[in-house]
Amino acid sequence: MPDTVVIDIRMRGAKSSNGVDDDSVSSSKKNSHKPKYSRFTQQDLPACKPILTPGLVIASFTTVAVVFLPLGLASLFASESVVEIVDRYDKDCIPGTHSNLPLEYIQNSKSNKICTRNLIVPKLMKSPVYVYYQLDNFYQNHRRYVRSRSDKQLQSKASENDVSNCKPEDLVDGKPIVPCGLVAWSLFNDTYNFKVENKALEVNKKDIAWRSDKERKFGSDVYPINFQAGSLIGGGSLNSSIPLSEQEDLMVWMRTAALSTFRKLYGRIETDLQANDVIEVQIQNNYNSYGYGGKKRLVLSTTTWIGGKNNSLGIAYIFIGGLNLLLAISFILIFVFKPRPLGDPSYLSWNKQATISSN
Amino acid sequence: MDSKNPIESSPSIEITLNSSSRRSNSSSHSKASRGNSVREVTFGDLGSKPVRYGSRGADSEGFSGSQKEISDEDARLVYVNDPEKTNERFEFSGNSIRTGKYSILSFVPRNLFEQFHRVAYIYFLIIAVLNQLPQLAVFGRGVSILPLSFVLLVTAVKDAYEDWRRHRSDRIENNRLTWVLVNDQFQQKKWKDIRVGEIIKIHTNETLPCDMVLLSTSDSTGVAYVQTINLDGESNLKTRYAKQETLSKTPEKEKIRVLIKCEKPNRNIYGFHANMDMDGKRLSLGSSNIVLRGCELKNTAWAIGVAVYCGRETKVMLNSSGAPSKRSRLETRMNFEIIILSFFLISLCTIVSICAAVWLRRHRHDLNTIPFYRKKNFNDEDKDDYNYYGWGLEIFFTFLMSVIVFQIMIPISLYISMELVRVGQAYFMIRDTLMYDEASNSAFQCRALNINEDLGQIKFVFSDKTGTLTENKMEFQCASIWGVDYSGGKDSSVNEQVGHFVQVDGKILRPKMKVRIDPELLQLSRSGNNTEEAKRVHDFFLALAACNTIVPIAFDDASNPTVKLMDYQGESPDEQALAYAAAAYGFMLIERTSGHIVIDIQGERQRFNVLGLHEFDSDRKRMSVILGCPDKTVKVFVKGADTTMFSVIDRSLNMDIIRATEAHLHNYSSLGLRTLVIGMRELSDSEFEQWHSSFEAASTSLIGRAAMLRKVANTVEKSLRILGASAIEDKLQQGVPEAIESLRTAGIKVWVLTGDKQETAISIGYSSKLLTSKMTQIIINSNSKESSRKSLEDALRMSKKLITVSGTTHNNGGNSGGAVSPVALIIDGTSLVYILDSELEEQLFKLASKCSVVLCCRVAPLQKAGIVMLVKNRTSDMTLSIGDGANDVSMIQKADVGVGISGKEGRQAVMASDFAMGQFRFLVPLLLVHGHWNYQRMGCMILYNFYRNAVFVLVLFWYVLFTCFTLTTAINEWSSMLYSIIYTSLPTIVVGILDKDLSRRTLLKYPQLYGAEHRQESYNSKLFWLTMIDTLWQSVVIYFIPHLAYWGSTIDAPSIGDLWTLAVVILVNLHLAMDVIRWSWITHVAIWGSIVATFICVIVLDAVPTLVGYWAIFDIAKEGSFWLCLLAIVVAALLPRFVVKVLYQHFSPSDIQITREAEKFGSRREFGAVEIEMNPILEPSRR
Repeated sequence: MPDTVVIDIRMRGAKSSNGVDDDSVSSSKKNSHKPKYSRFTQQDLPACKPILTPGLVIASFTTVAVVFLPLGLASLFASESVVEIVDRYDKDCIPGTHSNLPLEYIQNSKSNKICTRNLIVPKLMKSPVYVYYQLDNFYQNHRRYVRSRSDKQLQSKASENDVSNCKPEDLVDGKPIVPCGLVAWSLFNDTYNFKVENKALEVNKKDIAWRSDKERKFGSDVYPINFQAGSLIGGGSLNSSIPLSEQEDLMVWMRTAALSTFRKLYGRIETDLQANDVIEVQIQNNYNSYGYGGKKRLVLSTTTWIGGKNNSLGIAYIFIGGLNLLLAISFILIFVFKPRPLGDPSYLSWNKQATISSN
Repeated sequence: MDSKNPIESSPSIEITLNSSSRRSNSSSHSKASRGNSVREVTFGDLGSKPVRYGSRGADSEGFSGSQKEISDEDARLVYVNDPEKTNERFEFSGNSIRTGKYSILSFVPRNLFEQFHRVAYIYFLIIAVLNQLPQLAVFGRGVSILPLSFVLLVTAVKDAYEDWRRHRSDRIENNRLTWVLVNDQFQQKKWKDIRVGEIIKIHTNETLPCDMVLLSTSDSTGVAYVQTINLDGESNLKTRYAKQETLSKTPEKEKIRVLIKCEKPNRNIYGFHANMDMDGKRLSLGSSNIVLRGCELKNTAWAIGVAVYCGRETKVMLNSSGAPSKRSRLETRMNFEIIILSFFLISLCTIVSICAAVWLRRHRHDLNTIPFYRKKNFNDEDKDDYNYYGWGLEIFFTFLMSVIVFQIMIPISLYISMELVRVGQAYFMIRDTLMYDEASNSAFQCRALNINEDLGQIKFVFSDKTGTLTENKMEFQCASIWGVDYSGGKDSSVNEQVGHFVQVDGKILRPKMKVRIDPELLQLSRSGNNTEEAKRVHDFFLALAACNTIVPIAFDDASNPTVKLMDYQGESPDEQALAYAAAAYGFMLIERTSGHIVIDIQGERQRFNVLGLHEFDSDRKRMSVILGCPDKTVKVFVKGADTTMFSVIDRSLNMDIIRATEAHLHNYSSLGLRTLVIGMRELSDSEFEQWHSSFEAASTSLIGRAAMLRKVANTVEKSLRILGASAIEDKLQQGVPEAIESLRTAGIKVWVLTGDKQETAISIGYSSKLLTSKMTQIIINSNSKESSRKSLEDALRMSKKLITVSGTTHNNGGNSGGAVSPVALIIDGTSLVYILDSELEEQLFKLASKCSVVLCCRVAPLQKAGIVMLVKNRTSDMTLSIGDGANDVSMIQKADVGVGISGKEGRQAVMASDFAMGQFRFLVPLLLVHGHWNYQRMGCMILYNFYRNAVFVLVLFWYVLFTCFTLTTAINEWSSMLYSIIYTSLPTIVVGILDKDLSRRTLLKYPQLYGAEHRQESYNSKLFWLTMIDTLWQSVVIYFIPHLAYWGSTIDAPSIGDLWTLAVVILVNLHLAMDVIRWSWITHVAIWGSIVATFICVIVLDAVPTLVGYWAIFDIAKEGSFWLCLLAIVVAALLPRFVVKVLYQHFSPSDIQITREAEKFGSRREFGAVEIEMNPILEPSRR
């Protein structure tokens, strides 16, 4: 039996150490309970103890200002250097006769959906020029929508029947749809043809999807089956002889967008577009954005290191940088005009009381 | 009763002692006379049926009350040496013990059952179950049970480890060997195979395997000495007896036909009640006949006994109870804030469901065809609605789903983190070398793990005196004999005399302890019996040597083979001190057997027969012993407290001597010494006869034995001649005055509650610097309710006056001490009887709260608890009780924090306490250092945990507002579950365990810093709301910067989700980093490591092709805007907090802030001084 108490660091329900505890074998040994000294157990590890001294405070504000202002300017500049052509066509591509009944027009498979638009290039656009379509008010992040897909099914033929998440686009006449689910079903199917000075402008639609998607996520042995065979057609159809791993439009579409206004890559124009060129676009206006009050836009844009045209980051950076500069200046003023000596014991509450009472 | 004169037959008189059983939670008498113990006197030679004699304390009366039959239903029948028959009817439990809670099979269900007793886990479970409903499945099945299974697993692993340790120690314990009688010879047998009824032989220094009734021992009188340190922590030897009748039997040779009928197993380690039927005779057995499992046999070659209680039915096992559970103040507050958070959670969910309702209403005509909703299932023949349950239900489901998504708003992980942090803090407290006591070889113990941070908020300390403030190591200082004060020894420089010694068997026998000697008194004591003066001195020292229950044990001196040291084992340190003193003056007690004592008087061995003994009780406050001297006279020696002794001393004799003694007593007690008065008288034959018969009658009576014995004692303890008085110094523990000073400066009120008398208490008060000469003392001694009321009113009036007066002087004098007004209240137990539990309580409290010191003397244990409750019920301030003895148990349990001193007085106080340590002065590092740290750390941790969960939930919430209120999470569901488990949990735990705002030295130098905790500086509702506002801002920044930056871009949900995940994790970790004060390498690893771990986890999750976000992180990280967003988020989110922090620190710095700066930049000179100043606390070894 240990001759003294065993230290108990148990959490709950620890029984009292009444001697039936451990190390009863080493009973005869006189064991000292003196804790061994180490810097760790005495909570005395070497440590750095930073204190917010005036110098440190001012330095940190200044550093932030110095870093942020140039970064803000650079990203604003980069964003400004992006040349972007945005053309909203959903309204204008409804012929005047149907302007009040867009739904009827778009759902009628017999109506002529071709619509021609002319775009003027404001500045030189260096290749590659990216062609996007932009949808507004389309909630690709809606919970019902996001979950209505089967990643397993997309990946391999073996999981063809894995459609449990895909309702209501899971089965047609009891047979599985490949690719199943609302996401695939609502595939965007407007098409664009570009002409500059009546010469066709090649749009490269290869490699618009992520390589990782092509290689791993969409199986090369998975072919579309029963796609858009239901009574309600949601969007584009797929060529059932091409495996999913080569259906890049589908891959792009199935990378569901984070926000309700989003662009998706349509293709690349691999020639430079000169300023004031007029681009004639033939739009096959198939996609029904009228049912939910969404907009459709065609976007041609170049990119830079920060991505597309977006000034908000640059503005944010300049704002934060400026604010920090202001703070740095005001703290310099504070420390100059209302200094407080660091570690002055006379500021201690009990010393203050004493001085008050002695006055 | 054929023997007329017992003295003649004294050699065969059996006097048995038992010194164990006086201790109980309610034993209230002061230690001045403890150790007057229970005796059992058996006149073995008288031929009469042996009966139990002796007077026992009232506490054990119930058990020893007699021989009344134990009814068969309540009894356990033990057939000695016949285990088959014994266990025939009832299968008594075997001797194998099982402290392990679980077996391999039962582990899973039992452990789960126990874990789900926590509300937090049930919350988890409900959420997980809700998520399993198909309509509500927000997360995947596996993901949703991840957090729950994680915490269950962690706890289960911890429980399993603990249980494994218990199993291991059980196995070792169960496989120990002992000698058991099998087929008429003793064989070795494992402990676990012992059964009730078996006869067991124990050799010296062996541990008892079970509770057994002694049958015989190596000692011819049947005595066995046992050490009970494992039971009650008392290291002195206790005596146990075999019955006279069983002594002669040798179980190997003859068949013993004995039936023991004993009570059912119970927890009372001081009581045992049984009968033994032997050869048609019935003997009664008491607690002196049983030895308990866990004791060790000492000084006895062997002992034979019969097992009566085995295994889990042994008293020690029945007594092993868990540590008390209390809940910390901080946690109670925190629970309130958690309720606020729940309301917040509910309102978030309500907002979401209302918005969802509006959206559904507005789009109700389009829902069927909207591509991202598609209510109607066109592929079905009957064109049912797909997953749509009507407007109302949809809203309801939305609400429940939002509860699931936002579940971590209630920081469940906080409870687990808190437990881990407390374990860490406890580890550091235990490992603190400054709280290790060399003398008792005891490190600090944390018995309760959930109130660490309460140590930082103590406002009242209630302290016991003896053993807590003082060492409970008594030293004989001076004596007043026959009206003459001998205290020369005190002044003379330490007398390096050899001390008295005796030659025994060619060896020198010397007392273990040296005592200061007054040379004059030594001279007198050696001069023999010639003068009247010398005769008094002789009688005085004879009284000191005889009137006690000390057991002398001689052992070889390790350093000197020719010397044997005499160790006086006894329960009362006072008695030990007196016995050592007597030995030093040549009256050395060298032998105590049953029936007589041998005292070596100035080299001449004399044998005294102990004819009777009246033990101490709290009414009489004295004890007496009746001795048959070698000169055939019978004398009564009485020693006791002055208050009761003077009433039994014959005042008609030697009036001047009585007066002189009284004066000396007053002197002694004003020096802080403990005094005892000693008296004696000779008994005539007739008186002795009379006493003897009534003593016998009283001790054989079945009802009211204690009262009758008291009466008998009173008949013999009367008209005594005064011999003198002794004074014993109760040495103050080291560092006590400094500790009290520190505590007082820290704004903690120290109240001393003691059983000692007023003068002693006041003198200790002075020597411990509790009282100072500047203080005005208000003393309340009343013995009726009316007078208590009056004195309270007077005192209140007086204290008011004093406070106004001292208040003005305070202002003028500029006293920086911080004490409000130096008023000390001294109140005694008798007054408290009338005050506590009556309407006067309120007044007492008012008065006490005005006083800077309160001293309560002569208080009973329950009164101590009453005083604690007096404060606890009326204020919200935290109370701490500290004590070492059984009499402090009630107050230790009542106070918010109970601290036990593991000292000489056994372990009951420790068992009842939340923390245990070796010395009173450790209270200073415990409260000012560890309490401060624990509180600061815990406060920061709770706020941070609220923040870190809320900020994440809010980010999710903002996104939900942009997804048609449909509770989509861009953040990967695994990430959102791992968030509080992996991404952010470790840094807060590490910081909660390791961060230190100030160094130990600074905290000890400025005890005033403790005031920060009194003001609740690190956790209060202002801070809570500030944190919540900050949380809101940070979440807005985290969400909206990427939202704006990526609005109308090709970004997909998993990519932006990864951005948000990383942003949140980096931000929360940096937020924590901003609050970290000491950056040791562990902190660095934890914080930066968590960020790295998060990156790794995100990358791993994005490398799984079946998840939606496959490769997202690699894609988004290619763009510059991703990194720009991260940087902007971190800076913009932390900016307001940083600015507020800097402004706050500059314009209204807290004390902690200033001292921290001083610590870093302060002059060396200032800190050089600290070390010297704090030496008493910092360096306990210096004396």
